[in-house]
Amino acid sequence: MAEFVMPSLGADMDAGTLVEWLKKPGDAIHRGDIIAVVETQKGAIEVECFEDGVLDSCLVDLGAKVPVGTPLAMIRGEGEAPAATKEEAPKPVEASPAPQAEAPPPPKPAIPAHVPPPAAPSPSGRLRITPAARKLAAEKGVDVATLTGSGPDGAIRLADVEAIAGTPTPKAETSRPSTGGFNMDAMREAIASAMARSKREVPHYYLSHRSELTNAEAFIAERNAGKPPEERILIAALFVKAVAKALKKYKEFNGHYENGVFEPGEAAHIGMAINIRGGGLVAPAIHDAQDLDLDTVMEKTRDLVARVRAGRFRGRELSDPTITVSSLGDRGVEAMFPIIYPPQVAIVGIGMPVMRPWVVGDQVLPRSTVTLTLAADHRVSDGHRGALFLSAIDKNLQEPEKL
Amino acid sequence: MSDDRIDAALRQELHKIAPDMEVDDIDRDGDLREEFDIDSMDFLNLVSALSKSLGLPMPEEDYDQMGSYNAMLAYLKAHSG
Repeated sequence: MAEFVMPSLGADMDAGTLVEWLKKPGDAIHRGDIIAVVETQKGAIEVECFEDGVLDSCLVDLGAKVPVGTPLAMIRGEGEAPAATKEEAPKPVEASPAPQAEAPPPPKPAIPAHVPPPAAPSPSGRLRITPAARKLAAEKGVDVATLTGSGPDGAIRLADVEAIAGTPTPKAETSRPSTGGFNMDAMREAIASAMARSKREVPHYYLSHRSELTNAEAFIAERNAGKPPEERILIAALFVKAVAKALKKYKEFNGHYENGVFEPGEAAHIGMAINIRGGGLVAPAIHDAQDLDLDTVMEKTRDLVARVRAGRFRGRELSDPTITVSSLGDRGVEAMFPIIYPPQVAIVGIGMPVMRPWVVGDQVLPRSTVTLTLAADHRVSDGHRGALFLSAIDKNLQEPEKL
Repeated sequence: MSDDRIDAALRQELHKIAPDMEVDDIDRDGDLREEFDIDSMDFLNLVSALSKSLGLPMPEEDYDQMGSYNAMLAYLKAHSG
């Protein structure tokens, strides 16, 4: 019997509300099936399962808000007997004794969100808690004795503390109405929480490089000529591919840094920062971008944007990105200095393409150019490698036919 | 296709992409993307939808004739037989 748990859909998610079951007990399910829809700070997210089997029982009621890691359902393998008794339903977050009950005003930056209760030693004196979780609990003034561990043997993990110590749960009744499936107040809190963590923990360094777009734009124009609009590609697809290709050689920019260790990603799951009308943004993944051709990257980008606009995307898409590409598009300014989205270790910024004087041979000619920027994590890489990585992206853009 | 129907089609597709904007509130000669706060993907989706509903090819090299609401409307009218 396997547990189907409330997934963590990013560094900034502490809990989610179950809003829809797409399978019922007794249904056969397969790896990749969408089983439930969970409402988070980032809107309604479809949650997939990662095994084959039969949905045995649902453990959480519709509308219940539960912390990340809470079992939502049990999935039994082929031929396994159904569970004899229904397991006790987990307590919703609201019922938790943790210091969730907060006065409505938003937390002031740099001041702990919660009044620290006295740190009570655990009754047994043998509390199992990871160092990172203990550190965060101390920072946030969370009494670890009140926590339920989700790790092996009930060990308290970082996520357990984050579930309590994260941003205060927005009060539904006072929140602004959602826009296209998004709760904007919650979205802003989620962004603030992730970015504050990034600025607090991640030693960023920044690099900038101007790249010529003549070849890239000519390539796109030629490719799109005579094609109906739905088959046209945008230059954004080239940027994604150029980054994915460069990551093959510069692996220290692709992956996650967690608990003091960098885990390189096995594939380039490129988070596309997508703007949401009315404010906020999300950066869901284009999976395995290194293996996709440009048409497929474009198709996936279109699909992601459409689903982000509709406020509906999948859990894996939010938690999987191993690097983010943030593009200002064709309206805005020349350059951006982006902030890394933890636990990722790099983010590539693409400014607005602009015409600039460019030296070609011994002439100065008007050329379309774009400013590429990189923010990367000094715990994992240094400026020298960062410069080579950014320069590799530039080279890839000069040879779009090879992408 | 009548001018009224083209106007209605353009309003409808813009509303799908930018539901928070009212055509009556914008500067119809202003930059379409600025006025409706749409990005290049939104614009491509708009062109895709109009191309389908009006049966026009709307090639990329004509994009600079679609820069404002009024320009887009004029373009669509000129190309709809």
